Amino acid sequence: MLELVPRAEPSRRMMWLSPVLALALTALCGALMFIGVGKAPVQGLYVLFVAPLSSLQGWAEIGVKMAPLLLCAIGLALCFRANVFNIGAEGQLVVGSIAASAFVLAFDDGLGGQGGWYMIALAILAGALGGAFWASIVAWLRDRFHANEILVSLMLVYVAELLLSYLVHGVMRDPDGFGFPQSRMFNDGFLLPILPGTRVHAGIILALLVALWAWLFLARLLAGFRLTVGGLAPLAARYAGFSSRRALWGCLLGSGALAGVAGACEVMGPIGQLTPSVSPGYGFAAIIVAFVGRLHPVGVIFASFIMALFYIGGELSQTRLGMPSAITGIFQGILLFSLLACDVLIHQRLRWRP
Amino acid sequence: MDALAPLIAAALMAGTPLMLAALGLLVNEKSGVINLGSEGMMLVAAALGFAVAVESGSTWVGFAAGALAGAIMAAGFAWLVVWLSANQIACGLALSIFGVGVSASIGLPYVGATLKAASWAIPGLSEIPFLGRALFQQHPLVYTAIVLALALSWFLYRTRAGLILRAVGESPESAHALGYPVRRIRLAALLFGGACCGLAGAFMSLVYTPMWVENMVAGRGWIALALTPFATWRPMRVLVGAYLFGGITILTFHMQALGVPIASQLLSMLPYLATILVLVLISRNVDWIRINMPASLGRVFIPNR
Repeated sequence: MLELVPRAEPSRRMMWLSPVLALALTALCGALMFIGVGKAPVQGLYVLFVAPLSSLQGWAEIGVKMAPLLLCAIGLALCFRANVFNIGAEGQLVVGSIAASAFVLAFDDGLGGQGGWYMIALAILAGALGGAFWASIVAWLRDRFHANEILVSLMLVYVAELLLSYLVHGVMRDPDGFGFPQSRMFNDGFLLPILPGTRVHAGIILALLVALWAWLFLARLLAGFRLTVGGLAPLAARYAGFSSRRALWGCLLGSGALAGVAGACEVMGPIGQLTPSVSPGYGFAAIIVAFVGRLHPVGVIFASFIMALFYIGGELSQTRLGMPSAITGIFQGILLFSLLACDVLIHQRLRWRP
Repeated sequence: MDALAPLIAAALMAGTPLMLAALGLLVNEKSGVINLGSEGMMLVAAALGFAVAVESGSTWVGFAAGALAGAIMAAGFAWLVVWLSANQIACGLALSIFGVGVSASIGLPYVGATLKAASWAIPGLSEIPFLGRALFQQHPLVYTAIVLALALSWFLYRTRAGLILRAVGESPESAHALGYPVRRIRLAALLFGGACCGLAGAFMSLVYTPMWVENMVAGRGWIALALTPFATWRPMRVLVGAYLFGGITILTFHMQALGVPIASQLLSMLPYLATILVLVLISRNVDWIRINMPASLGRVFIPNR
């Protein structure tokens, strides 16, 4: 019988191999699922994983999905490293999109001139502040009252979505929009620059820069070191005089701001207005991205690429194979499960015992 | 006064799925495992239970399918966290995200389908003028949930098996040293919790709404997770908490119907805001939680040979 035996020390090779193994397992589960619903498995996997990469348009669409995923996941990776389980990035993203939209709607009516890069930058800043504000509620309740951050941040997702619905049905609704619950379209001077001919916008460059900064922060700065130690060994961190309160506030405000930037980029990028559904669950998918990326900025870049691929592949399999679009969520869940199961092999190894 | 009876009846009904799920999670947590997958298990059970009920024509078969779906998902979770010692928080989140996708796929062909409405009444008691309408015209599962709460408080605090379950949650090392199979006991607790969450989800789609809409559980799985610390891990307090939240939910509906000049979206925030408020109130006193929380909650246990 196969049994698990603890390793003397964690295997570095498995640290890198485990996400690859998990991806292979996910593909295997996907093939079985396609067989189960009576579709050709090879064709199904091709549509899901390869077809999106076969055209420039597909790559551009992956960039569109990757930007919000990467922005949210970098923030979450910092949080999870510090053992702060902020799982409400979706809500912080929504509030960020509301704040950025409010700024744009206030200034693109002539007050802010023709717009331009500084107005765009200010709108993104507004989004960051909105997201950080929403996360600060979580930080305050945790810091002051020890309320569990998982449940509080999650409840605030529902509150944020209802707030968005309230606003687009009320004060932020387009008066000339025939009563549709959405704001008016933003003026061109307030939209993010895009690559001509595609929908991919400057948000992806911003996201990659943030990932680079996060890598420097964790690898080279004392604050990043403090954060990591606080998560890995809370007692050692306390002995060294690292403040756990500062880590809590810092990583929640940071990840909230990044999720808010993601929301701002969505409304000023591919959507171009405030609608009742600004995100198809980017904030939740980012949790998986952060784990699959090993909570490491470089890993998170790869993971967000794969997750964006799932989104585009899911859309393609809906149009080409008639699968429900929710297939994306199933694959996301399976990927995280497989990873968590494969991660067992980092600290343990398999041994055959007759 | 007579207008109040349907409100009480509706509050009891709204509180029932919360209570069923929270009681299951309570047993999980008493054994030392926290399962954040409740929302996902409820969603899958709601979709599958509804689909099976529509196909078979019997809601009872639907309930069985829902409970089974919850238990199967919990079994997968148990294998990951109890045998492979994976992170409980991450696995639970994965289960919830997975459940959202799976339930949407299962439920897609059944959006818009309807079930034959059934009415229930306890003969005799339901004829009582006010109380009959308020308390005795409910679906049998509403009473089952109450009986379950009573049975669990008896099981946990009055039986030997309950004592062993609590011992596993407080100190798995000691329970293991005494020769109790910690992992199998935790598996049993998780299966029970999964089946309870499954029943709760099936109740949502078969009785409460009764129809399938994507994401219809709407955070009740998470609210149920907040109910266990609120109840300081006591079954009868879970009952009180669940009906309290059921009452809040019905109150928001009723205020909309009465035409209170507050936007429906703002009123709908109430249950979520109430959950946060409750969490803040109970978490304020750190010692209070520490005394009542199962000591090994969320910790990995690897038995030594």
